[in-house]
Amino acid sequence: MQGDRETRDWGRRVVILVPYLWLAIFFLAPFVIVLKISLSQSVLAQPPYTPVLDLAAGWQGLKTFAAQLSLDSFGLLASDSLYLLSYLKSLQVAAISTVLLFALGYPIAYGMARAPKAWQPMLVMAVVLPFWTSFLIRIYAWINILQRDGLLNDVLMRLHIIDTPAAWLSSDTAVYIGMVYSYLPFMVLPLYASLEKMDESLLEAASDLGCPAWKAFWLITFPLSLPGVGAGALLSFIPIVGEFVIPDLLGGSESQMIGQTLWIEFFSNRDWPVASAIAIALLGLLLVPILFYERLQQRSLEGGRT
Amino acid sequence: MKHGPSPFNVVSVALGLAFLYLPIVILVIYSFNASRLVTVWGGWSLVWYRELLNDEAILSAAWISFRVAFLSATAATVLGTLAAVSLTRMGRFRGRLLFSGMVYAPLVMPEVITGLSLLLLFVALNVDRGFWTVVIAHTTLTTCFVTVIVQSRLIGFDRSLEEAAMDLGCPPFRTFMMITLPLVAPAIAAGWMLAFALSLDDLVIASFTTGPGATTLPIRIYSEVRLGVKPEINAICTIVIAVVALGTVISSLMIKRGASQRERAALGAQV
Repeated sequence: MQGDRETRDWGRRVVILVPYLWLAIFFLAPFVIVLKISLSQSVLAQPPYTPVLDLAAGWQGLKTFAAQLSLDSFGLLASDSLYLLSYLKSLQVAAISTVLLFALGYPIAYGMARAPKAWQPMLVMAVVLPFWTSFLIRIYAWINILQRDGLLNDVLMRLHIIDTPAAWLSSDTAVYIGMVYSYLPFMVLPLYASLEKMDESLLEAASDLGCPAWKAFWLITFPLSLPGVGAGALLSFIPIVGEFVIPDLLGGSESQMIGQTLWIEFFSNRDWPVASAIAIALLGLLLVPILFYERLQQRSLEGGRT
Repeated sequence: MKHGPSPFNVVSVALGLAFLYLPIVILVIYSFNASRLVTVWGGWSLVWYRELLNDEAILSAAWISFRVAFLSATAATVLGTLAAVSLTRMGRFRGRLLFSGMVYAPLVMPEVITGLSLLLLFVALNVDRGFWTVVIAHTTLTTCFVTVIVQSRLIGFDRSLEEAAMDLGCPPFRTFMMITLPLVAPAIAAGWMLAFALSLDDLVIASFTTGPGATTLPIRIYSEVRLGVKPEINAICTIVIAVVALGTVISSLMIKRGASQRERAALGAQV
């Protein structure tokens, strides 16, 4: 029995340690490096930042390394309004998109939850399927529709709603369309999951006691769906703040979202320390919503066992 | 629900689905358009698919993407299943909170941050960027999706079967292989499919972590799309959509079959 227990403990350790180490090395450790480089300075070299930590130099090397760290990149973020404006722009786009998603997603999720039970798996599948289809392709599909000689202008002109082709692309409208389109499944599915679980007898009781349907919805259905509302809002809001592809392909050039600013600092300006500082600041901005989301996940997937 | 759906319910679901599918349907239809112009319908034609066959750059990018997706989905499925088992069957262990935090965070982490941080890791480790760094990056990203799918299945099913096997003296590893694994197999398959689809789809993380000679399909499509709409792109997108849709339907059928088998097993146990 002794040997049995030992193999059991050993196996248990391997099962936990393999994914643990993978995530620690490839997900957690990189953030430490980003933090370190955000405190470095940009140079024209490979790698394009200084100081580079030289572990061979021992304790002395570590001390000179620490002395050379600077807050210059963060100072730049604070002093140049370009960065502040793109953070604000990102928050604005994410907030408005989340509200739009909620307004559009709630009726859809509610309708799905009221559909005949036999249809519901099909409907869930229908909402999930576009999410499996390439993100990039779905944004590209909208370029086909929104471009100047695209389908939308064609239809609107044939219906004589507009006389000259309107510029739909490269505008905030196009960005909002892209965001709502791409993130709709993230909003609808959590809402549906919370609405579908609801106990119908509560509504029956309310109507038996003379409560009108709209009031019953407001007093019973909506409060009970709040966990779904929270999950849907977080699942959309957090990634939208850092979104790159949608504003890049559909948006205009006059104002950038923070994901684009980071991309340009990194790929065009090759300023790795500033790009890292943007990432750290963005992470700081999203820390509270991410922690909320983690609590929600842990509660829904691990139940009361943690 | 007891009361049937109201007209408002039907209309909102129908409009929602139309909104989700119309752009994709339009794209698929235009991939068969003989005319180069979007607004002009030149009749049905396969000309853009033929054009695609001559486009070396797109074909080699597709082949690279396919291999990256296959390898990273497979690695992510192993890691994700282990992580799901750790979180549902191992009780408390040291660092559990950090572990579950690391598992769920990549699901919502903006891709620019994940991509940048992985790239800086590879630079710090002095690794040459290319095919394998993209595989590692995609494995890290998709592991979390596999974990969540497998984990919800592991929570969902009756543990008494596992407990019965253990009570009868079956060692944990064997119990896992004989009882648990077959029961969660549909979820594992679905996790692999999702990981594959996500890897095939990713532009941002691949752009950060790729190197010379490892241009994936989304990177290729992105650089073409920036130059404007091209009918060849419609064609390659249609092919990707067809592959992903087929995979999704197959995996969902597998899950459904798994579910009805389980229901039958449960019925049998009651009888």
